Amino acid sequence: MTGLGHRLHRPGSTPVHRLPPQCKLVATAAFVLAVVCTPREAVWAFGGFALLLAAVAALARVTPGFLVRRMAVEVPFVAFAVLLPFVARGPRVEVLGLALSQSGLWSAWNILAKASLGTAASVLLAATTEPRQLLLGLERLRLPPLLVQIATFMLRYADVIVGEMRRMRLARAARGFDGRDVRAFGVLARSAGALFLRSYERGERVYLAMLSRGYDGRMPVLNEIAATRAQWAVAAVLPVAAVLVASGAWMVG
Amino acid sequence: MTPSLEVSGLAYAYPDGTQALYGVDVTIGKGERVALLGPNGAGKTTLVLHLNGILHGGLGTVRVGGLTVDPKDRKGLREIRRRVGIVFQDPDDQLFMPTVREDVAFGPANLGVGGAELERRVETALARVGMLEVADRPPQHLSFGQRRRVAVATVLAMEPEILVLDEPSSNLDPAGRRELAEILLGLDVTMLMVTHDLPYAAELCPRSLVLSGGVIAADGPTPEVLGDEALLRAHRLELPYGFDPAFFARR
Repeated sequence: MTGLGHRLHRPGSTPVHRLPPQCKLVATAAFVLAVVCTPREAVWAFGGFALLLAAVAALARVTPGFLVRRMAVEVPFVAFAVLLPFVARGPRVEVLGLALSQSGLWSAWNILAKASLGTAASVLLAATTEPRQLLLGLERLRLPPLLVQIATFMLRYADVIVGEMRRMRLARAARGFDGRDVRAFGVLARSAGALFLRSYERGERVYLAMLSRGYDGRMPVLNEIAATRAQWAVAAVLPVAAVLVASGAWMVG
Repeated sequence: MTPSLEVSGLAYAYPDGTQALYGVDVTIGKGERVALLGPNGAGKTTLVLHLNGILHGGLGTVRVGGLTVDPKDRKGLREIRRRVGIVFQDPDDQLFMPTVREDVAFGPANLGVGGAELERRVETALARVGMLEVADRPPQHLSFGQRRRVAVATVLAMEPEILVLDEPSSNLDPAGRRELAEILLGLDVTMLMVTHDLPYAAELCPRSLVLSGGVIAADGPTPEVLGDEALLRAHRLELPYGFDPAFFARR
């Protein structure tokens, strides 16, 4: 069974893997912020960010191939960026015989560079942190507990619901259903409705089971482990370096 | 000695008007293992959900180890839910935490147990069902039989007065069924087992109740109940094909 997020996670015991999840979450968010704040004209700065991430990836033993493949999720989002040089207005430059908008080119570069760096940072985070650990990290960062609970249940039940969906698909196929064109939509919609109802009923049963074991609206805190100063300091290396690069870019630019 | 469970005159109708229980009286002594038999729709689950106060509002009283179930008394209700450990039929409903260890800790942690004592309870409960080695795995990666056993551990960790099992043998393969039986027989705890798996009841429970049409239709030693063919037929209960009820009596 492939669990949610298990294709993203690469088990290991490198220093990056061992850092407490809350430190990694804060470091990633701070790094992305620094990247986003950097002026787009400072091309060298983005090279610096990429080098920083490459260093983290090397330390975490995440191969470049894995990183690039997992970054494919950003493709639909940056597809828009590719259009910009053609549709944006303003002065034009000649590139390979095409007249492209100058400001459009800058915007495209801006989106592409920042999105790629952000995605790479997130993929690194996911590759070195189990999904469960990520949620613990969010809990320790004092995110609203209800949100964390919902995400935790999603993690637990995604496989169960996908399993149910697979069985329904098998049952449809076993009775000769072949959903290839628009006429199949009605059947698929009813299946989706049935799946929703089943999940809803399961939710009620789970709630009963929770009540039976003394649940009173709050999840018990089971994993309260604070990170040490040293761990925070190690995690801070990446964002601090990124902030230095970003400030450099502002001063030079 | 105070009985583990005393149900008297329990009647209940669902909000839509369907009457499920018509005056149920049951007393289960400490350390007894009792099977609750009955066809589908007899009110077995309704009765079980009354034992820890999840359903209430009808007539009659339920007492667990001498303490009356009173849904208005929140502190008392918490104690009741500690005393009545329900193992639900689908372990995927019961195991909702990300790892086995956290799931087993959920109940005692809600009761305010923490630190080393919590650790001890979790390990003891898992050891009692032979599942200590899977403590750090997510429940969805276990086999069905393992999940059922972990579900029993989640309840044992609360050190209940009475263990209530809803169809414990359902969906288990024969080996898983036997392994669970061995574990349950080894537990020193009062047990109420809801089932229509009659041989399983005979194997595990010296005493049987038949719940049918919302009342207790029979109460006696399991071999006698299962040997009464007319009684079984009257309440849609059947032994598997080729089963000789005399076999139970001889044991």
